[in-house]
Amino acid sequence: MLYKPMKHLPLEASHQALGAKMAPFAGYLMPIQYSSISAEHSAVREQAGVFDVSHMGEFFVRGPEALAFLQYAALNDVSKLKVGRAQYSMLPNSHGGVVDDIYVYRTAETEYLVVVNASNIEKDWAHLLALAGGFRVDLEDASNQFALLAVQGPQAANALEKLCNLSLADRRKNDTFATLLAGRPARLARTGYTGEDGFEVFLSHSDAEPVWNELLSLGVVPCGLGARDTLRLEAGFPLYGHELTEATNPRCTSFAWVVKPEKDFLGKEALLAASCPNRLIALVLEHGIPREGYKIFSAGQEVGWVTSGTLSPMLRKGIALAYVRSDVTENLQVEIRGKLYPASVTEAPFVALK
Amino acid sequence: MKYPTDLKYTKSHEWARLEDGLVVVGISDYAQDALGDVVFVELPELGKKAKAGEALAAVESVKTASDIYAPVSGEVAAVNQALSDLPELLNKEPFSAGWIFKLKPENPAELEALMDAASYQKLAESAS
Repeated sequence: MLYKPMKHLPLEASHQALGAKMAPFAGYLMPIQYSSISAEHSAVREQAGVFDVSHMGEFFVRGPEALAFLQYAALNDVSKLKVGRAQYSMLPNSHGGVVDDIYVYRTAETEYLVVVNASNIEKDWAHLLALAGGFRVDLEDASNQFALLAVQGPQAANALEKLCNLSLADRRKNDTFATLLAGRPARLARTGYTGEDGFEVFLSHSDAEPVWNELLSLGVVPCGLGARDTLRLEAGFPLYGHELTEATNPRCTSFAWVVKPEKDFLGKEALLAASCPNRLIALVLEHGIPREGYKIFSAGQEVGWVTSGTLSPMLRKGIALAYVRSDVTENLQVEIRGKLYPASVTEAPFVALK
Repeated sequence: MKYPTDLKYTKSHEWARLEDGLVVVGISDYAQDALGDVVFVELPELGKKAKAGEALAAVESVKTASDIYAPVSGEVAAVNQALSDLPELLNKEPFSAGWIFKLKPENPAELEALMDAASYQKLAESAS
């Protein structure tokens, strides 16, 4: 295997100056936590936090057939997107599985911005390039141009309003628009991965540090990837590589709504024909903390596995997303260090979200 | 980061100290910092026997679960029940109130084979 040097993002020194614990993630040195996962998690649920997610990938899709291309390459119905609107979606593969889960932003009449997972940038890029051959589209990998900050929590809009001369009150969830933020050109989108209200902010690399510093000076709490994971799990959102993989049929998950059978897309026949031997469910435990890979039993039989698990910082209980045999819904137990702990099936989100 | 010199250490980040014929075991300052907020400690049963290197307890933080291994062979002679209600003692006082269990050692000489503070500090710092 070829040695790949660590890639660096514009805020790395800022994180280190704040005393963040840093760790490699998808080839980048990323902040995992600054103070503690629980404290950062609570800050986002109760006030506002800011995450540096500049490692995420950004592709532009432009041209007269940009819409037709994305209709074929992605599951959700891109024709529903007006300019200035965004949607959650997935890239299907040819055999009914998922290449990645993505967010699609319509930034102009014939221009879309596609945000992809950091760990899948190269794979997604090759996949989309191969599919683009039959369409009049231009693809641009802009991943190394953008810094991305996620400002999340009930006070996120207040903080951002202080940095741009705009009222954000009439901006709806999934709206996206260009504006000046602390005097710097930025694209804002009312999106996020925490289950809270908030915005994601696309900036050029050189503008990331001044905007980050402005946000911190307004009392927005710096948050790392640790809290990002507990927040998304409490909200019941999937993480690629865990709940979604090349072998996962999205119809067997709670995100089946992204599949739009009325349009044509890559692998449609395989995706719609497959049955669901296992389903993705949400579990809560009164005792014990489930973790990824733990086995699930029912009446002495192994019936599934945990894809993501943690202690919910808000519920103070163990929560998990798990694949469990479709014909089994009762008397589930999670095996934790050789002992079985009862688990109840619940509906995500695990916590009440506004 | 503290590395008290009166303790012995393992590669798996436990510390051990001989006290009244028993080996007291906890996790290092480096380990508690790496784990983050400890939210649950699974204690071993009294009388349980283990060989050096066998898992006896487990520590859970929000982020992860981590097994705690017997630094020397022996029998569990005491457990720190205070951790059931106050798992955060492992973060706040890893070397005193945050001890986890005490072993009656089969062979106290095994303790001497563990790392001293300087060797352990080198190991911990090369890992971070």
